[in-house]
Amino acid sequence: MPTSTSGNESTTGIIGEQPLERREPQNLGLLDQRFDPNIITTTLDKVFNWARKSALWPMSFGLACCAIEMMAAVASRYDIDRFGAGVYRATPRQSDLMIVAGTVTEKMGPVVKRLYDQMPDPKWVISMGACATCGGPFPTYSTMQGVDRVVPVDVYIPGCPPRPEALLHGILRLQDRIDQMSIARRRSA
Amino acid sequence: MAIVVDRRLGLIDHLYLPGIFRGLWITLKHLFRRKFTMQYPEQRWTFPEGFRGVPALVKDQEGRVKCVACYLCQFVCPPKAITITAGEMPNKVEKYPAAFDINMLRCIYCGMCEEVCPEQAIFLTRDYEVAGSTRTGLIFDKEKLLEIGGMRPDPIMKWAAK
Repeated sequence: MPTSTSGNESTTGIIGEQPLERREPQNLGLLDQRFDPNIITTTLDKVFNWARKSALWPMSFGLACCAIEMMAAVASRYDIDRFGAGVYRATPRQSDLMIVAGTVTEKMGPVVKRLYDQMPDPKWVISMGACATCGGPFPTYSTMQGVDRVVPVDVYIPGCPPRPEALLHGILRLQDRIDQMSIARRRSA
Repeated sequence: MAIVVDRRLGLIDHLYLPGIFRGLWITLKHLFRRKFTMQYPEQRWTFPEGFRGVPALVKDQEGRVKCVACYLCQFVCPPKAITITAGEMPNKVEKYPAAFDINMLRCIYCGMCEEVCPEQAIFLTRDYEVAGSTRTGLIFDKEKLLEIGGMRPDPIMKWAAK
């Protein structure tokens, strides 16, 4: 559950935020995390990663004004479909990617968490805009100071709101990250 | 009095074929129109004068950091994204920023820091493609901001005689 921030808190104290902990590798399917890296898993990785990154289905998740820029990114001028991320689903059950576009209030936070839990693995989260990443211009009691308090975020996109190109840039960054995924167990694990 | 319109469909309308072909005709027409999509990573938008992107600190032509740590930008910043720690110059002339952090996640690119700066030390660049995987990685310190900002010549050089 979200930790609430008190209204008397110093606003500039947000600067000293702790770094995020990375997610532990999950058992996503029959194959994942059950083998050491070998030539079969590395070849499969290429196929899986290609499939995962070129069909990112985002969830329709516009919370505030950032959603307008997200819609602009979907529309014909910027055309997010060129990267395979344009099939917006109205249900978390069918989506891979949650683009949190807009201010997350303390009341909306549990809903965001529930929607994230309902998404099937593997799943990714893009935190779009200043509000979603850290509260933005609302360092107040009612606004969640960053959506990473409830869901693990993969890519942060600053901006108020970010341009559609910035969102596309973030999606390209996320695709780079997906490219480094592996179904094999990590050596250290 | 309400006018009742008879909307019963005939046999041809029930096939829905005229409607389908009307729709496909529109699609076909758009196929031969001018392409509207900007091929983003290869093709970029040309920004007008005054486009506001990521803020950055600048140096003058002698390599001196223009900022004097007056805290005006930190005071005026609407989302409180700027944090300055002032230091003292060895010759006791002026302050300088010992640390100057801008939290890019909070920054809304409003340009108030540029407007308020009495030394013209902070400018909004045209860079907007910032994305990161950690929150701390997007808090830019003084070195990073100076690297982005580069050099802007100072025609007055009021510090030269000091």
